[in-house]
Amino acid sequence: MNDPLNNQIRVYKPFIGPFDPCPPLPYRTYVVPPNQYIVFQPRDWPQYSLQEALTRGTLWPNLFSPYNPKRNSQEGGA
Amino acid sequence: MWVYEKKLQYPVRVSKCDPMMAKFLLEQYGGADGELAAALRYLNQRYTIPDKVIGLLNDIGTEEFAHLEMIATMVYKLTKDATVEQLKAAGLGDHYANHDKALFYQNAAGVPWTATYIQAKGDPIADLYEDIAAEEKARATYQWLIDMTDDVDLQDSLKFLREREIVHSLRFREAVEIIKDDRGKKKYF
Repeated sequence: MNDPLNNQIRVYKPFIGPFDPCPPLPYRTYVVPPNQYIVFQPRDWPQYSLQEALTRGTLWPNLFSPYNPKRNSQEGGA
Repeated sequence: MWVYEKKLQYPVRVSKCDPMMAKFLLEQYGGADGELAAALRYLNQRYTIPDKVIGLLNDIGTEEFAHLEMIATMVYKLTKDATVEQLKAAGLGDHYANHDKALFYQNAAGVPWTATYIQAKGDPIADLYEDIAAEEKARATYQWLIDMTDDVDLQDSLKFLREREIVHSLRFREAVEIIKDDRGKKKYF
């Protein structure tokens, strides 16, 4: 959770057939948000400032999950 | 009973005239995993869940209505100044035929909201796991909506809403832990 931008993204290579009608996508990605690794939030977690918490949607850095749009990525969807 | 604050939970600014995005946003308005379904699901389950987690369902269900208002604001801003021709070009001609520019509880494909989208099983584990799944599905929907617009201001509000789904999902997981271990030994929450 120290580098949430990178370590929440998972990548896999879908099967590419010899007769695919469209140019194949080289890879696909999906997000595994930090809530998946927490059963019960521990006490005394660090907090964002109130202003930053409003911007990010959570008070807790350990729960923050960034998302970058895939609109123009080669992946073309999740 | 509720106390209403006449402001949005998070600012909604829409900078690009893109009525077609309004059509897509309706998925979170009246779709199966949308905010209306979420609010009604949680607030209804409150009555038949162990006392310790009623408050959680109450709080999250209430917040979902605040999210519903944000989505409504986005849809309204994107359609209020559109001409009929623009609405038709955006795929909203069938919407206009039935509703003019009124908002309606339907999904992006125009299917009206139905109570069959939600469940109340009466079994606390079953209901809470449905709630966790609903949060993750709403998170995914927000991701696809963010993918479909290049308006950074709209993306900003959608990213806020996506993050709230992640927090809610964890809170429902904690609710499962609370009702699993009912012997009063949990120290932290």
